[in-house]
Amino acid sequence: MKRFCSVLLVNLFILSLLSMSGCSLKPWVKPYERTNLADPIMRFGRDPVAETYMHHVYQAREGAKGAEGGAGGGCGCN
Amino acid sequence: MSRNIIQRKNRFVCVVAFILLWGSGAIVYGAVLPEDRADVMYHSYDGGGVTIDGPSILVRKGFLDKFSVSTNYYVDNISGASIDVELLASEYKEERTEYSLGMEYLNNKTIVGFGYTNSTENDYVADTFYGSISQDFFGDLSNVSISYAYGSDEISKTDDDGFGTEEATHLKYIISLTQILSKNWLMNITLQTDVDEGFLNNPYRKYSFVNGTNAVGIVRGYADEVYPETRTSDAAAIRFKHFLPYRAALGFEYRKYSDSWEIDAWNFDINYTHPWGEYLIFDIHYRWYSQSKAEFYSDLFASEREQNFMARDKELSTYKDTTIGVGVTFEYEPQSWGFVEKVSISLLYDRISFEYDDYLDARENKALTAGGGEESKYSIDADVIRFFFSMWY
Repeated sequence: MKRFCSVLLVNLFILSLLSMSGCSLKPWVKPYERTNLADPIMRFGRDPVAETYMHHVYQAREGAKGAEGGAGGGCGCN
Repeated sequence: MSRNIIQRKNRFVCVVAFILLWGSGAIVYGAVLPEDRADVMYHSYDGGGVTIDGPSILVRKGFLDKFSVSTNYYVDNISGASIDVELLASEYKEERTEYSLGMEYLNNKTIVGFGYTNSTENDYVADTFYGSISQDFFGDLSNVSISYAYGSDEISKTDDDGFGTEEATHLKYIISLTQILSKNWLMNITLQTDVDEGFLNNPYRKYSFVNGTNAVGIVRGYADEVYPETRTSDAAAIRFKHFLPYRAALGFEYRKYSDSWEIDAWNFDINYTHPWGEYLIFDIHYRWYSQSKAEFYSDLFASEREQNFMARDKELSTYKDTTIGVGVTFEYEPQSWGFVEKVSISLLYDRISFEYDDYLDARENKALTAGGGEESKYSIDADVIRFFFSMWY
């Protein structure tokens, strides 16, 4: 039950963000204001080949798995 | 132990490949395909008496402005003897080879991706198919991706024809939101639910039970582990990235995990990236992980058939681990190297320390220096190296 509640809360948080985006709020960071975000050092995993390997290392030795996040990518604002 | 590590790796190969080939395009908040780049990496893990190393080659190329394909070749060469091998088996060498192929298609603000991964070793074959769709919206401030993966494993046992072939399947459902919070803040939330069914334990591992006494105390007996044939798990993670005023980045991650085997775990990671001059980038991070044991785990059962499910995998025990990692990258953007836009060389080093609360060093019992259940707690210090060359084109 506790697990279900925690997942539900996160889902509700996401849904609230989605609903905000679809209704009253307008994008508050314009494309020309995203220079810093477009910097490669801001990526959640700069180097996919290296990031993926560390996920691999932990998954093989820890009981937990999942929600590791993606590697690479970047900002579509450059 | 080499084989033990490999077995677990295979179970997770699908999500690894999934991240590798699709995640690079999914965690973006502007609908752009991943960069064209190639990476050649040497990786090494050395800890607990085991050395695992090998190459990983990842190549990605876009075409027609709407498609991007990627392929990965990955090898684990395993040698040495872990604590499990020292207790119950003999040292040996083994190799696991993994091939992945993926493709993404971009249409306006939507990216659709799919792929396939195969992992093979002498006693384990794993095939995984996966697909994903991601959508940008809200002025490209938000990106939501939904992913699905299906994996099918065939497990056999070396030097045991009577074992035959067992099967396991793995389903993964992932939803991820990446959100621009401000000009200097990014956030990502990822939820994942897994359903694993079939033969989920390692055919080489054994649990331990009280098998009489001798001069030093309890004598440990050993028997094949018995796992449940179903496991469902949920994981949720939140990540932040912050751009500092002097061009550096600070990152934070928190993840919570729980499953039907009653393992509860969480971890956090804090990382810092600091460019130095025109060519160098330094990285440092600290990670902390903690978990509680599975309900059917025990270091020493009271009798051979005490309950229906019994395991003594240290990965199912109560323990914590910490990681300190440092790295340096040299980047160079040549002006006249033809199609090459940028190259880099990176060296990353991580030190991981595992401290087990209820997994004891049963080698002491084997050596008759301690009774069963009275051995010292087991711990591992592992060195992890990633050394890679990257090229953008």
